[in-house]
Amino acid sequence: MMHTVDMLKAFAPFREDAIVVPGRGGRYWADFSTRPNLDLPLGDPAMGGHAGFALGLALAQPRKRVILFDSEGDILMSLGMLVTIAEQQPANFYHFLIDNGCYATTGGQPVPNADNVAYDVIARGAGYPRAFAFRELDAFADALPEILGKPGPVFVAAKVVPEIENAPIGRRRRWQTRTRDQVVKDLRSELGLGA
Amino acid sequence: MADAAVVALSPETVLGEMKKNGVTHVVWLPGSETNWLYLLMKAEPSLRLVGVSREGHACSIAAGLSAGGARPLILIQNTGMLESGDSLRGWLLGLNIPVVLMVGYRGWTRHGITQDTAATYTERFLMAFGINYYLVESDADAARITTAFEEVERTQRPVVVLVGDEYHGFNR
Repeated sequence: MMHTVDMLKAFAPFREDAIVVPGRGGRYWADFSTRPNLDLPLGDPAMGGHAGFALGLALAQPRKRVILFDSEGDILMSLGMLVTIAEQQPANFYHFLIDNGCYATTGGQPVPNADNVAYDVIARGAGYPRAFAFRELDAFADALPEILGKPGPVFVAAKVVPEIENAPIGRRRRWQTRTRDQVVKDLRSELGLGA
Repeated sequence: MADAAVVALSPETVLGEMKKNGVTHVVWLPGSETNWLYLLMKAEPSLRLVGVSREGHACSIAAGLSAGGARPLILIQNTGMLESGDSLRGWLLGLNIPVVLMVGYRGWTRHGITQDTAATYTERFLMAFGINYYLVESDADAARITTAFEEVERTQRPVVVLVGDEYHGFNR
Protein backbone atom coordinates (compact mmCIF):
# COMPACT_ATOMS: atom_id res chain seq x y z
CA MET A 1 0.00 0.00 0.00
CA MET A 2 1.10 3.55 -0.67
CA HIS A 3 0.98 6.68 1.41
CA THR A 4 -1.25 9.53 0.30
CA VAL A 5 1.63 11.95 0.32
CA ASP A 6 3.67 9.74 -2.02
CA MET A 7 0.72 9.29 -4.36
CA LEU A 8 0.30 13.05 -4.66
CA LYS A 9 4.04 13.54 -5.03
CA ALA A 10 4.07 11.09 -7.95
CA PHE A 11 1.22 12.95 -9.60
CA ALA A 12 2.63 16.45 -9.14
CA PRO A 13 5.00 16.50 -12.17
CA PHE A 14 2.07 15.69 -14.47
CA ARG A 15 -0.21 18.45 -13.21
CA GLU A 16 0.67 21.13 -15.80
CA ASP A 17 -2.13 23.75 -15.74
CA ALA A 18 -4.92 21.48 -14.60
CA ILE A 19 -7.48 22.54 -12.02
CA VAL A 20 -6.95 20.35 -8.96
CA VAL A 21 -9.63 19.53 -6.38
CA PRO A 22 -7.49 17.84 -3.72
CA GLY A 23 -10.37 16.68 -1.52
CA ARG A 24 -9.13 14.95 1.59
CA GLY A 25 -5.62 14.96 0.17
CA GLY A 26 -5.63 18.73 0.49
CA ARG A 27 -3.44 18.88 3.56
CA TYR A 28 -0.61 17.23 1.60
CA TRP A 29 -1.19 18.70 -1.84
CA ALA A 30 -0.43 22.23 -0.70
CA ASP A 31 3.22 21.21 -0.25
CA PHE A 32 3.59 20.18 -3.91
CA SER A 33 1.38 22.53 -5.79
CA THR A 34 3.03 25.02 -8.07
CA ARG A 35 -0.28 26.58 -9.14
CA PRO A 36 -2.17 27.27 -5.91
CA ASN A 37 -4.66 29.54 -7.62
CA LEU A 38 -5.77 26.58 -9.73
CA ASP A 39 -6.24 24.46 -6.61
CA LEU A 40 -9.53 24.14 -4.78
CA PRO A 41 -8.65 22.98 -1.27
CA LEU A 42 -12.18 23.27 0.07
CA GLY A 43 -11.81 20.85 2.94
CA ASP A 44 -15.21 19.33 3.51
CA PRO A 45 -18.10 21.63 2.58
CA ALA A 46 -20.54 18.70 2.77
CA MET A 47 -19.45 15.09 2.60
CA GLY A 48 -20.05 13.27 -0.64
CA GLY A 49 -19.96 16.31 -2.89
CA HIS A 50 -16.42 16.60 -4.17
CA ALA A 51 -17.12 14.55 -7.28
CA GLY A 52 -20.10 16.70 -8.17
CA PHE A 53 -18.18 19.89 -7.64
CA ALA A 54 -15.33 18.68 -9.83
CA LEU A 55 -17.79 17.53 -12.49
CA GLY A 56 -19.35 20.98 -12.51
CA LEU A 57 -15.95 22.56 -12.99
CA ALA A 58 -15.12 20.16 -15.80
CA LEU A 59 -18.36 20.96 -17.62
CA ALA A 60 -17.92 24.70 -17.17
CA GLN A 61 -14.28 24.63 -18.28
CA PRO A 62 -14.10 21.99 -20.99
CA ARG A 63 -10.70 23.16 -22.21
CA LYS A 64 -9.06 22.73 -18.78
CA ARG A 65 -8.22 19.38 -17.29
CA VAL A 66 -9.87 18.86 -13.90
CA ILE A 67 -8.17 16.48 -11.46
CA LEU A 68 -10.09 15.25 -8.44
CA PHE A 69 -8.66 13.40 -5.45
CA ASP A 70 -11.79 11.90 -3.96
CA SER A 71 -12.15 9.57 -0.99
CA GLU A 72 -14.01 6.30 -0.62
CA GLY A 73 -16.08 7.70 2.23
CA ASP A 74 -17.27 10.50 -0.03
CA ILE A 75 -17.96 8.18 -2.93
CA LEU A 76 -19.94 5.77 -0.80
CA MET A 77 -22.22 8.64 0.18
CA SER A 78 -23.02 9.42 -3.44
CA LEU A 79 -22.44 6.40 -5.66
CA GLY A 80 -25.08 7.72 -8.04
CA MET A 81 -22.76 10.58 -8.90
CA LEU A 82 -20.60 8.10 -10.82
CA VAL A 83 -23.51 7.45 -13.15
CA THR A 84 -24.03 11.16 -13.75
CA ILE A 85 -20.33 11.66 -14.50
CA ALA A 86 -20.30 8.70 -16.86
CA GLU A 87 -23.36 10.01 -18.69
CA GLN A 88 -21.84 13.46 -19.11
CA GLN A 89 -18.58 11.96 -20.44
CA PRO A 90 -16.35 14.94 -19.60
CA ALA A 91 -13.18 14.29 -21.57
CA ASN A 92 -11.25 16.63 -19.28
CA PHE A 93 -12.17 14.86 -16.02
CA TYR A 94 -9.69 12.66 -14.11
CA HIS A 95 -11.15 11.05 -11.02
CA PHE A 96 -8.62 9.71 -8.51
CA LEU A 97 -9.79 7.89 -5.40
CA ILE A 98 -7.78 7.88 -2.17
CA ASP A 99 -9.03 4.74 -0.46
CA ASN A 100 -7.81 4.31 3.11
CA GLY A 101 -10.68 2.02 4.04
CA CYS A 102 -11.82 4.09 6.99
CA TYR A 103 -13.15 7.38 8.29
CA ALA A 104 -9.71 8.63 9.27
CA THR A 105 -10.70 12.03 10.57
CA THR A 106 -13.16 10.59 13.07
CA GLY A 107 -10.83 8.02 14.56
CA GLY A 108 -10.42 5.35 11.90
CA GLN A 109 -13.68 3.45 11.99
CA PRO A 110 -13.92 1.25 8.87
CA VAL A 111 -16.18 2.23 5.99
CA PRO A 112 -18.83 -0.43 5.25
CA ASN A 113 -17.32 -3.57 3.75
CA ALA A 114 -13.98 -1.80 3.57
CA ASP A 115 -11.87 -4.79 2.56
CA ASN A 116 -14.13 -6.10 -0.17
CA VAL A 117 -15.15 -3.18 -2.33
CA ALA A 118 -13.72 -2.84 -5.86
CA TYR A 119 -14.26 0.81 -6.64
CA ASP A 120 -12.78 0.54 -10.12
CA VAL A 121 -15.34 -2.15 -10.92
CA ILE A 122 -18.14 0.06 -9.62
CA ALA A 123 -16.89 2.96 -11.75
CA ARG A 124 -16.69 0.79 -14.84
CA GLY A 125 -20.15 -0.56 -14.12
CA ALA A 126 -21.43 2.99 -13.80
CA GLY A 127 -20.17 3.68 -17.30
CA TYR A 128 -16.66 5.11 -16.97
CA PRO A 129 -14.87 4.00 -20.11
CA ARG A 130 -11.56 3.55 -18.27
CA ALA A 131 -10.93 2.53 -14.67
CA PHE A 132 -7.84 1.38 -12.81
CA ALA A 133 -6.91 0.13 -9.34
CA PHE A 134 -3.52 0.28 -7.65
CA ARG A 135 -2.12 -0.86 -4.33
CA GLU A 136 1.58 -0.13 -4.91
CA LEU A 137 3.17 3.22 -5.57
CA ASP A 138 5.51 2.05 -8.34
CA ALA A 139 2.69 0.64 -10.42
CA PHE A 140 0.64 3.78 -9.88
CA ALA A 141 3.51 6.08 -10.85
CA ASP A 142 4.34 4.01 -13.93
CA ALA A 143 0.76 4.15 -15.17
CA LEU A 144 0.27 7.90 -14.77
CA PRO A 145 1.49 8.90 -18.25
CA GLU A 146 -1.00 6.57 -19.88
CA ILE A 147 -3.82 7.52 -17.51
CA LEU A 148 -3.34 11.23 -18.07
CA GLY A 149 -2.37 10.91 -21.70
CA LYS A 150 -5.82 9.85 -22.83
CA PRO A 151 -9.19 11.59 -22.57
CA GLY A 152 -11.42 11.20 -19.56
CA PRO A 153 -13.51 10.45 -17.80
CA VAL A 154 -11.18 8.03 -16.11
CA PHE A 155 -11.34 6.54 -12.62
CA VAL A 156 -8.24 5.59 -10.65
CA ALA A 157 -8.60 3.87 -7.28
CA ALA A 158 -5.53 3.87 -5.07
CA LYS A 159 -5.36 1.92 -1.82
CA VAL A 160 -3.49 3.99 0.76
CA VAL A 161 -2.30 3.58 4.31
CA PRO A 162 -4.80 5.04 6.79
CA GLU A 163 -3.52 8.06 8.65
CA ILE A 164 -5.91 8.27 11.52
CA GLU A 165 -6.54 11.43 13.45
CA ASN A 166 -7.70 11.12 17.02
CA ALA A 167 -6.85 14.57 18.32
CA PRO A 168 -9.80 16.86 18.94
CA ILE A 169 -10.53 18.86 15.82
CA GLY A 170 -9.58 22.11 17.50
CA ARG A 171 -6.06 20.84 18.18
CA ARG A 172 -5.31 19.60 14.67
CA ARG A 173 -2.91 21.41 12.35
CA ARG A 174 -4.80 23.87 10.19
CA TRP A 175 -3.56 23.35 6.65
CA GLN A 176 -6.02 25.64 4.93
CA THR A 177 -4.59 29.11 4.46
CA ARG A 178 -7.52 30.59 2.51
CA THR A 179 -11.22 30.69 3.17
CA ARG A 180 -13.42 28.68 0.79
CA ASP A 181 -14.80 31.88 -0.57
CA GLN A 182 -11.29 33.14 -1.31
CA VAL A 183 -10.33 29.84 -2.93
CA VAL A 184 -13.19 30.15 -5.41
CA LYS A 185 -12.45 33.81 -6.04
CA ASP A 186 -8.78 33.02 -6.73
CA LEU A 187 -9.75 30.32 -9.22
CA ARG A 188 -12.17 32.60 -11.03
CA SER A 189 -9.54 35.31 -11.21
CA GLU A 190 -6.98 32.83 -12.55
CA LEU A 191 -9.48 31.72 -15.21
CA GLY A 192 -10.24 35.30 -16.15
CA LEU A 193 -13.82 35.10 -14.92
CA GLY A 194 -13.72 37.98 -12.49
CA ALA A 195 -14.63 37.73 -8.82
CA MET B 1 -63.49 28.31 -11.00
CA ALA B 2 -60.81 29.39 -13.49
CA ASP B 3 -59.88 27.20 -16.42
CA ALA B 4 -56.84 25.10 -15.44
CA ALA B 5 -55.31 25.52 -18.90
CA VAL B 6 -55.41 29.28 -18.47
CA VAL B 7 -53.91 29.46 -15.00
CA ALA B 8 -51.22 26.83 -15.57
CA LEU B 9 -47.53 27.57 -15.70
CA SER B 10 -46.55 26.53 -19.20
CA PRO B 11 -43.26 24.81 -19.95
CA GLU B 12 -42.65 27.28 -22.80
CA THR B 13 -42.80 30.12 -20.29
CA VAL B 14 -40.32 28.43 -17.97
CA LEU B 15 -37.96 27.69 -20.84
CA GLY B 16 -38.24 31.30 -21.95
CA GLU B 17 -37.25 32.47 -18.47
CA MET B 18 -34.24 30.16 -18.51
CA LYS B 19 -33.05 31.52 -21.85
CA LYS B 20 -33.74 35.12 -20.92
CA ASN B 21 -31.57 34.73 -17.83
CA GLY B 22 -28.66 33.03 -19.56
CA VAL B 23 -28.95 29.57 -18.03
CA THR B 24 -26.26 27.28 -19.44
CA HIS B 25 -26.91 24.04 -17.52
CA VAL B 26 -30.02 22.58 -15.92
CA VAL B 27 -29.07 20.22 -13.11
CA TRP B 28 -32.14 18.21 -12.35
CA LEU B 29 -33.86 15.13 -11.24
CA PRO B 30 -36.66 14.28 -13.65
CA GLY B 31 -40.18 13.70 -12.43
CA SER B 32 -43.07 12.11 -14.20
CA GLU B 33 -44.84 15.46 -14.39
CA THR B 34 -42.00 17.28 -16.14
CA ASN B 35 -41.80 15.35 -19.35
CA TRP B 36 -42.94 18.13 -21.65
CA LEU B 37 -40.44 20.55 -20.15
CA TYR B 38 -37.79 17.85 -20.53
CA LEU B 39 -38.51 17.54 -24.24
CA LEU B 40 -38.33 21.30 -24.67
CA MET B 41 -35.07 21.62 -22.73
CA LYS B 42 -33.55 18.70 -24.60
CA ALA B 43 -34.31 20.39 -27.92
CA GLU B 44 -32.84 23.71 -26.78
CA PRO B 45 -29.25 23.97 -28.04
CA SER B 46 -28.21 26.61 -25.50
CA LEU B 47 -28.92 24.28 -22.56
CA ARG B 48 -27.02 21.28 -21.30
CA LEU B 49 -28.97 18.91 -19.10
CA VAL B 50 -27.20 17.26 -16.19
CA GLY B 51 -29.36 14.55 -14.71
CA VAL B 52 -28.74 13.45 -11.13
CA SER B 53 -30.01 10.47 -9.17
CA ARG B 54 -30.31 12.27 -5.84
CA GLU B 55 -31.11 15.93 -5.39
CA GLY B 56 -28.20 16.72 -3.07
CA HIS B 57 -25.85 15.96 -5.95
CA ALA B 58 -27.31 18.92 -7.79
CA CYS B 59 -25.94 21.32 -5.16
CA SER B 60 -22.28 20.37 -5.52
CA ILE B 61 -22.54 20.12 -9.32
CA ALA B 62 -24.12 23.57 -9.50
CA ALA B 63 -21.42 24.93 -7.20
CA GLY B 64 -18.72 23.63 -9.53
CA LEU B 65 -20.49 24.95 -12.59
CA SER B 66 -20.84 28.38 -11.03
CA ALA B 67 -17.24 28.47 -9.80
CA GLY B 68 -16.16 27.60 -13.33
CA GLY B 69 -18.10 30.44 -14.91
CA ALA B 70 -21.31 28.72 -16.05
CA ARG B 71 -24.86 29.68 -15.03
CA PRO B 72 -26.69 26.63 -13.71
CA LEU B 73 -30.30 26.21 -12.71
CA ILE B 74 -31.36 23.48 -10.30
CA LEU B 75 -34.72 21.87 -11.06
CA ILE B 76 -35.96 19.48 -8.39
CA GLN B 77 -39.00 18.68 -6.25
CA ASN B 78 -39.50 19.79 -2.64
CA THR B 79 -39.08 16.24 -1.35
CA GLY B 80 -35.56 16.18 -2.80
CA MET B 81 -34.81 19.62 -1.46
CA LEU B 82 -35.72 18.45 2.03
CA GLU B 83 -33.23 15.63 1.73
CA SER B 84 -30.54 17.92 0.35
CA GLY B 85 -30.15 20.03 3.47
CA ASP B 86 -26.48 19.44 4.18
CA SER B 87 -25.45 19.80 0.53
CA LEU B 88 -27.44 22.99 0.29
CA ARG B 89 -25.76 24.28 3.43
CA GLY B 90 -22.22 23.30 2.50
CA TRP B 91 -22.06 23.68 -1.26
CA LEU B 92 -24.50 26.48 -2.03
CA LEU B 93 -24.70 28.63 1.10
CA GLY B 94 -21.16 27.84 2.23
CA LEU B 95 -19.58 28.78 -1.09
CA ASN B 96 -21.92 31.73 -1.76
CA ILE B 97 -23.23 30.23 -4.97
CA PRO B 98 -25.62 32.49 -6.92
CA VAL B 99 -28.00 29.83 -8.18
CA VAL B 100 -31.75 29.65 -8.67
CA LEU B 101 -33.48 26.46 -7.59
CA MET B 102 -36.85 25.78 -9.19
CA VAL B 103 -38.56 23.51 -6.73
CA GLY B 104 -41.77 21.67 -7.45
CA TYR B 105 -44.10 22.40 -4.56
CA ARG B 106 -45.63 18.96 -4.15
CA GLY B 107 -48.76 19.08 -2.04
CA TRP B 108 -49.25 22.84 -2.34
CA THR B 109 -52.85 23.94 -2.20
CA ARG B 110 -54.67 27.18 -1.64
CA HIS B 111 -57.80 25.31 -0.75
CA GLY B 112 -58.60 23.31 2.35
CA ILE B 113 -56.08 21.46 4.45
CA THR B 114 -52.66 20.47 3.16
CA GLN B 115 -52.63 16.68 3.06
CA ASP B 116 -49.01 16.18 1.99
CA THR B 117 -46.28 16.72 4.59
CA ALA B 118 -43.84 17.51 1.77
CA ALA B 119 -45.75 20.78 1.45
CA THR B 120 -46.12 21.20 5.20
CA TYR B 121 -42.38 21.43 5.72
CA THR B 122 -41.24 23.14 2.52
CA GLU B 123 -41.48 26.79 3.55
CA ARG B 124 -40.45 26.01 7.12
CA PHE B 125 -37.31 24.38 5.74
CA LEU B 126 -36.46 27.40 3.60
CA MET B 127 -37.04 29.76 6.52
CA ALA B 128 -34.79 27.64 8.74
CA PHE B 129 -32.01 27.91 6.17
CA GLY B 130 -32.65 31.61 5.63
CA ILE B 131 -33.21 31.10 1.91
CA ASN B 132 -35.52 33.55 0.20
CA TYR B 133 -38.21 32.17 -2.09
CA TYR B 134 -40.88 33.16 -4.57
CA LEU B 135 -44.07 31.32 -5.38
CA VAL B 136 -44.96 30.85 -9.03
CA GLU B 137 -48.33 29.32 -9.85
CA SER B 138 -49.11 30.43 -13.39
CA ASP B 139 -47.69 32.23 -16.41
CA ALA B 140 -48.81 35.49 -14.81
CA ASP B 141 -46.24 34.93 -12.04
CA ALA B 142 -43.37 34.01 -14.37
CA ALA B 143 -41.62 37.37 -13.97
CA ARG B 144 -40.76 36.26 -10.45
CA ILE B 145 -38.33 33.79 -11.98
CA THR B 146 -36.34 36.69 -13.41
CA THR B 147 -36.62 38.43 -10.05
CA ALA B 148 -34.98 35.37 -8.48
CA PHE B 149 -32.13 35.45 -11.01
CA GLU B 150 -31.57 39.13 -10.31
CA GLU B 151 -31.54 38.45 -6.59
CA VAL B 152 -28.95 35.68 -6.72
CA GLU B 153 -26.59 38.00 -8.58
CA ARG B 154 -27.14 40.79 -6.12
CA THR B 155 -26.83 38.66 -2.99
CA GLN B 156 -24.51 35.87 -4.17
CA ARG B 157 -26.78 33.38 -2.47
CA PRO B 158 -29.18 30.70 -3.67
CA VAL B 159 -32.83 31.68 -4.13
CA VAL B 160 -35.74 29.27 -4.55
CA VAL B 161 -38.68 29.51 -6.93
CA LEU B 162 -41.48 27.32 -5.62
CA VAL B 163 -43.56 26.02 -8.49
CA GLY B 164 -47.00 25.90 -6.97
CA ASP B 165 -48.57 24.55 -10.12
CA GLU B 166 -46.91 21.25 -9.26
CA TYR B 167 -45.88 21.13 -12.91
CA HIS B 168 -49.32 20.10 -14.09
CA GLY B 169 -48.98 22.57 -16.89
CA PHE B 170 -45.95 20.66 -18.14
CA ASN B 171 -47.84 17.45 -18.51
CA ARG B 172 -49.58 17.24 -21.87
